[in-house]
Amino acid sequence: MVLGELIKLAFNTLAANKTRAFLTMLGISIGVAAVIALMSIGAGVQEYITQQFASAGANLIGVVPGRIQRGPGGGAFGAQAPLTMSDYRAVAANVANVLDTSADFARPSVFAYGDNTSEVNVTGVMANFSAIRNWNARSGRMIDESDVAGRSRVVALGQTVVNDLFEPGEDPIGKVVRINNVPFRVIGVMESKGASFLGDQDAVAFIPITTAQERLFGQQSLSVTGERTISTIYLQAPSKESVPSVMAQVDELLRERRRIPADEPSDFSVLSQDELINTFGAVTGVLTVFLGAIAAISLLVGGIGIMNIMLVSVTERTREIGLRKAIGAKPSAILTQFLTEAVFLSLIGGLVGIAVGVGGAMAISRFAEFQPVVQVSTIVLAVGFSIAVGLFFGIYPARRAARLNPIEALRFE
Amino acid sequence: MLNVQVKEQVIPVGLNGHVNEHSRQPVIEARDIAKIYRMGDIEVRALDGVSLTIYPGELTAIMGPSGSGKTTLMNILGCLDQPTRGTYRLDGVDVEKLNDNQLAVIRNKKIGFVFQSFNLLRRTSAIDNVEQPLIYAGVPPRERRERAKAALEAVGLGHRLKHHANELSGGQQQRVAIARALVNNPAIILADEPTGNLDSKSGAEIMCLFQRLNEENGITVIFVTHDPRIAQHTRRVIRIADGKIVDDYPVTDQIIACPDKALPDPILEKLGHGVG
Repeated sequence: MVLGELIKLAFNTLAANKTRAFLTMLGISIGVAAVIALMSIGAGVQEYITQQFASAGANLIGVVPGRIQRGPGGGAFGAQAPLTMSDYRAVAANVANVLDTSADFARPSVFAYGDNTSEVNVTGVMANFSAIRNWNARSGRMIDESDVAGRSRVVALGQTVVNDLFEPGEDPIGKVVRINNVPFRVIGVMESKGASFLGDQDAVAFIPITTAQERLFGQQSLSVTGERTISTIYLQAPSKESVPSVMAQVDELLRERRRIPADEPSDFSVLSQDELINTFGAVTGVLTVFLGAIAAISLLVGGIGIMNIMLVSVTERTREIGLRKAIGAKPSAILTQFLTEAVFLSLIGGLVGIAVGVGGAMAISRFAEFQPVVQVSTIVLAVGFSIAVGLFFGIYPARRAARLNPIEALRFE
Repeated sequence: MLNVQVKEQVIPVGLNGHVNEHSRQPVIEARDIAKIYRMGDIEVRALDGVSLTIYPGELTAIMGPSGSGKTTLMNILGCLDQPTRGTYRLDGVDVEKLNDNQLAVIRNKKIGFVFQSFNLLRRTSAIDNVEQPLIYAGVPPRERRERAKAALEAVGLGHRLKHHANELSGGQQQRVAIARALVNNPAIILADEPTGNLDSKSGAEIMCLFQRLNEENGITVIFVTHDPRIAQHTRRVIRIADGKIVDDYPVTDQIIACPDKALPDPILEKLGHGVG
């Protein structure tokens, strides 16, 4: 029998028992919908986290003093030996294949305007900070070359600081705020990055790095050897692929400069956002698979429903099977007929489930901060899985039908 | 058709000596057939050495009470079952050597079954029911439709093609079943108590149809029945008891079921296959 005949036959048979077919399909639909919805939401969360990191700047590498231990119990810091401006200059001069290099110097500070105060990190930045960290002023402007060269007392405030210091509707540009009692003129307000699992990203304020080191913190910014220290060195790699090689170069260079013996760990850390994304991605990935697996259990239950109904159907249609054998159906034809019915049920159920699952994910996204990501692979997986369920749970009833003795089947009441 | 093997010479004489007018190859040739079931230590001989020859164009009844072995014989003749012993040649094919798939092909191409309870597919139109054997024979859809239509017209249901089986009367349902049995041009039609579920008027119509198919189209029909009156509609009766043939005789006072021999619309042309 050709496939077209089989599908027509399966359709007619199922159409003759609409309620039963519908209820059986419902089991598969719910399973597939649950898998699709949960997988899409999981993928959406993953995408959201990736975007959060990516908003810090593309292919960004950061160097910070101290050793950040990764793995179990991570986060502990080793001996602190600060990074210095000469480290920065060495990195900028010697590390090949880098688009741009920058450094900053950050310290917690007290901001005051009138009676209002705010405690945040003030960050001394270079003029290229804005480009390298992908962070621009929403109004006014960011720190530029002449500010850095002139050690100007100007500040660009993050949205949280603006909210703390100024009345709603008040324009901060041109106003003078006091940082640790030193007056600074506000030249810009930064665009908002929002709060995320990384903390409040808008609790920031930027001043020229020279101003921070020489005017605002002075002695505090000097190392024991009398060098100007920095908090972070930033490097921007040209592509994702070049990130590891740049990191290796930085690591090698700084170890050499700091004379760290080969068998000792570095007293600084070279971090890339990819690493962070991968760490978080691994967590959310496991979560997604876990949710999918739970949803897959309902698909399994749906499959058992199909097997149950097919077994009932084989018993009910024993005489039909006997007749078909009498008029010349080979066992393989009977097998294929029942298998087609089972797969037809699960496939239609699966397709309905996809529609419901995608719809459900969309609906949930209306109440969540992230967009669900419906991946083609998820849909292919769900369709493939529902066909597999139909085949797996259909084969036993179908074999039973194919093996019926035609004489007994015809006599069956 | 499967290729016809060179036949051995068979003496065309019936068991009780009546000379058979057919000189052609027999359509059914069973030799010493036995069917033995084992139930623990007890051996049940449902059939015990049955030999039987039926020629094309015969109208025969296999008659016996229940438990006589007639159903077992019908199952074996219909290739639904295999004998424990003996040989069975159907239309030139040695059936006892065939496997399940080959038997399915034989049933499909050489045998038409008509059952007491019709065994039509419910919620399926008459024409779709008749098409079923052709689907398994691999006949393309258009030809299937035409042949099924012709078969239904031949049994007088040309105006009921699209009716579902459950919308038809018992007599009409049995006609659909007969059309289904005819549609693949079988070598024999096996009818198991075909009037058992019908009132006497419908029963007579069905018997008339069988008689006409046999007479006008030369189709070989074998009835399996316990009813002597049905047997009297045929031309030859084979009596079976305790798994053995006990009698085999020609019917002398045949009942003609058709009310009038001079009937209009002969069914011959509609079926599209000539006498034997």
